[in-house]
Amino acid sequence: MKNYDLVIVGGGPAGLAAAVAARDNGIEDILIIERDHELGGILNQCIHNGFGLHTFKEELTGPEYASRFIDQVKERNIDYKLNTMVMDIAPDKTVTAMNSEDGMFVIPAKAVILAMGCRERSRGALNIPGYRPAGIFSAGTAQRLVNMEGYMPGRKVVILGSGDIGLIMARRMTLEGAEVQVVAELMPYSGGLKRNIVQCLDDFGIPLKLSHTVIDIEGKERVEGITIAEVGPDRKPIPGTEIHYECDTLLLSCGLIPENELSSNSGVELSPITSGPIVNDSLETNIDGVFACGNVLHVHDLVDFVSQEATNAGKNAAKYILEGKKEAKKTLEILPVDGVRYTVPKYIRPEEMDETVTVRFRVGDVYKNKAIATYFGDTQISKRKKQVMAPGEMEQVVITKKQLAEYPDITNITIKIEEA
Amino acid sequence: MYDVAIIGGGVIGSAIARELSKFEVNALVIEREQDLCCGTTKANSAIIHGGYDAKPGSLKAKLNVEGNKMFDELSKDLDFPFKRNGSLVVRTKDQDKEDLQKLYDQGIENGVEGLRIIERDELIKMEPNLADDVVDALFVPTGGIVCPFNFNYALAENAADNGVEFKLSTKVEKIEKTGDHYTITTDKGVIESKTVVNAAGVYADELNNMVSSKKLHIIARRGQYELLDKSAGSHVSHTIFQLPSKMGKGVLVTPTIHGNLLVGPTAEDVDNKEGVNTTADGLGGLFATASQSVKNVPARQVITSFAGLRAHEEGGDFILGEAEDAEGFFNAAGIESPGLSSAPAIGVMIAKEVAEKLSLKENTSFNGKRKGILNPATLSLEERNELIKKNPAYGQIICRCESISKGEMLDAIHRTLGARDLDGVKRRTRGGMGRCQGGFCSPRVMELLEQEVPMSPFDVTKNGPDAKIVFGYNKQI
Amino acid sequence: MEERHLTCIGCPMGCQLTVTMENGEVKDVTGNTCKRGDIYARKEVTNPTRIVTSSVRVKGGHLNMVSCKTKEDIPKGKIFDIVKALESVEVAAPVKIGDVVCENVCDTGVDVVATKNIEAK
Repeated sequence: MKNYDLVIVGGGPAGLAAAVAARDNGIEDILIIERDHELGGILNQCIHNGFGLHTFKEELTGPEYASRFIDQVKERNIDYKLNTMVMDIAPDKTVTAMNSEDGMFVIPAKAVILAMGCRERSRGALNIPGYRPAGIFSAGTAQRLVNMEGYMPGRKVVILGSGDIGLIMARRMTLEGAEVQVVAELMPYSGGLKRNIVQCLDDFGIPLKLSHTVIDIEGKERVEGITIAEVGPDRKPIPGTEIHYECDTLLLSCGLIPENELSSNSGVELSPITSGPIVNDSLETNIDGVFACGNVLHVHDLVDFVSQEATNAGKNAAKYILEGKKEAKKTLEILPVDGVRYTVPKYIRPEEMDETVTVRFRVGDVYKNKAIATYFGDTQISKRKKQVMAPGEMEQVVITKKQLAEYPDITNITIKIEEA
Repeated sequence: MYDVAIIGGGVIGSAIARELSKFEVNALVIEREQDLCCGTTKANSAIIHGGYDAKPGSLKAKLNVEGNKMFDELSKDLDFPFKRNGSLVVRTKDQDKEDLQKLYDQGIENGVEGLRIIERDELIKMEPNLADDVVDALFVPTGGIVCPFNFNYALAENAADNGVEFKLSTKVEKIEKTGDHYTITTDKGVIESKTVVNAAGVYADELNNMVSSKKLHIIARRGQYELLDKSAGSHVSHTIFQLPSKMGKGVLVTPTIHGNLLVGPTAEDVDNKEGVNTTADGLGGLFATASQSVKNVPARQVITSFAGLRAHEEGGDFILGEAEDAEGFFNAAGIESPGLSSAPAIGVMIAKEVAEKLSLKENTSFNGKRKGILNPATLSLEERNELIKKNPAYGQIICRCESISKGEMLDAIHRTLGARDLDGVKRRTRGGMGRCQGGFCSPRVMELLEQEVPMSPFDVTKNGPDAKIVFGYNKQI
Repeated sequence: MEERHLTCIGCPMGCQLTVTMENGEVKDVTGNTCKRGDIYARKEVTNPTRIVTSSVRVKGGHLNMVSCKTKEDIPKGKIFDIVKALESVEVAAPVKIGDVVCENVCDTGVDVVATKNIEAK
């Protein structure tokens, strides 16, 4: 096996952009390891349009967006291995992977970028009571079946969860010939983008029932019926509000979980909020030379932000390989409070950071006409009013090195939601 | 004309079939589902009990202790996962010491070896996550954990390899004594057999009652469970039982043989013998009850929940042997806990009775060894590469959560009594049993079944014939 | 005067738009944060259009399906007709992004084009 300086685990949007950036920043020997049979990751099954407005100033479909980055990887002759599974990442960055052609092989890398993406929360993890028949799919599994295999996994459909994949699949199933009866959402607000509610539900007259959940699944072999009920503020079903639907399919779009089993096995410290690695401004984890980007780091709303973040990770990994580890002179923690659930990155190194660092986060509730405020120590540095903020959408704050240099004595940064 | 028709391809029917294949016999196993291991065997605690729990003198007590002792050799011969991790029956401070002592005495009387009562100081070193109120425990070193699926398949495959016939997807509708034999009417035609073994789980009473005036009444007693991610699998290392009290038998917390954590079961009598649904009430109470013996069980790590039905017979003990008024009709009925643990001994007992009845001769060509599906994780890097070179399918991971390769899945499909549906592949290989619950791999496994069985994608099912995954091409349904 | 409330789908911001209309004519659009919102609102209340995406079968490719889209917006009322029209479409590999898989679909004057590269097997 050839030697590689940088191993990128995952060939989806994050891995691809990271690879391109690492090459453009001087790293010759890069290997992308992809478990599927093609590059592009989950974008390959996201055949709807709406991708890339920020990056390419035009609306692309998922496969088109992916192909732009795949082309860049191919133009640069960056090595990649398909149908290859990373089995282990050792703390010393030795990557063990396996495929049918090479067998099991070991690469002692100088740096590793984690770009494995995320998985969907399953029926089991949601603990929905009832039978366990065929016909219960995560929205993404159904998406793959319909869009890539060309098979219809249902005729009469109930969808739980109004995350974007669920909304997109409501439209897709409808267009391809199924009847979507309802989308139920546990929370009092949708987890998806507003435009998707308009285009995917309203356009087709599909009702969205907020504060509702599935309380029973019927059918021993195939789903035969679903019962939903309204939930109270405690998110527990309210007796007497049950609605029964005769259907053959339940799709679940109830959240995404970063896939960090490899990371945590190698000793990468994870955030209990994001389930992704805790990183500093260079997107480096607690293990030197191990970086993370994309949905494995935290679940994004837009792929454009994944690409931006991954470009950063690629650049920083290149810097690490070329210049070696530099001990941070000082590290500031970013404290997410008052409605800000977490931030990525969690730590900023004022001396070593780039000129600007984009701090991304999500809020914990729907906020109208509030402001995002940033404090260096006790001093408010910025305050930006937002008409609407919702947990389904990412927010960001840009912090500059210049700004920080003016506050040499602070020990932390706070980001919070305030009155506008 | 068969010598023996065994009705039921669960662990009991399969254990009896394998023991019978040690004789020269024309035997048949009839299973209504399209795969074996679809009833009680597939959804239980997967515990091999020590044998302290049953009343001395009962069949349960005798066969549990006997069965338990057979597992080391069986698991080697038949290559299925089994481990003696030891059990602890823990007592909390508000429970009577006397009750724990009684359990110990009962275990001694039943012939359970190595029993010991352990005080908290020692206990907490063995299991640091025991609840603060736990004061002492009965330690049962012979207690174990097993993969019930592969235990079942191992027995059946070995029986089949030694000449026992299996008819799947065949439902028994009627059994009649016709002269010196039994006529079994099924939905797939009539089968004649000199003797019948009734190992039909929750339906064993219905079969018995067709031929015997000594009626059985089996109640389906549902047990609901929560299965947790492997990241929670080392929360305890022993199987932690709660000392039974007036409040019930409590729930157990145990590692599974594959490294998950299992919490359960509930115990509810249900009218519906197909009632394997979980309920909000049932699942809702499990973690609270579990917390009385084990603290901080990470409930957020649940990857699935499930329910199974135990075949509880009103008499409370196993019903084993020839029915009094139906010559040649042998019951293996009322097999609830400790049925899995007793299965090997039940197999020996029933096979012996049938063999005596039919004066069967020993099968001198019996081969008691069976090779399970290879687990490549047990191989060294060199061995694994050798394997992949020989069979590249072992280099391609299909189920990422459990790291199951295409090679293992192909083996599951092509071996004796191989898998024909997604759940069949799952039970044999664990593919799809991990944290994403088949989200990523089920389309891939569908494709494998489609190519390898082969079958139309629209005939691939999750379990039964009506459990279809996809209905047609898009735009065409 | 009549007011219609829309959520802009021009981008993920999802601005809440208010369109003021009189006798079927747009008088005013408010709530938008960019020009796209204004354009969308005017179009949505007079002649709503959408991009339609789907996938069609491929012969002889490394995959069985290729994803596709209408090259431009089509009238909203034609969405189902267009998907139906794609039912019988089958293309031969190789397919390149932008290749026409169905010309002038449903007489809309808009082609349906591939959105993925499919190599020949």
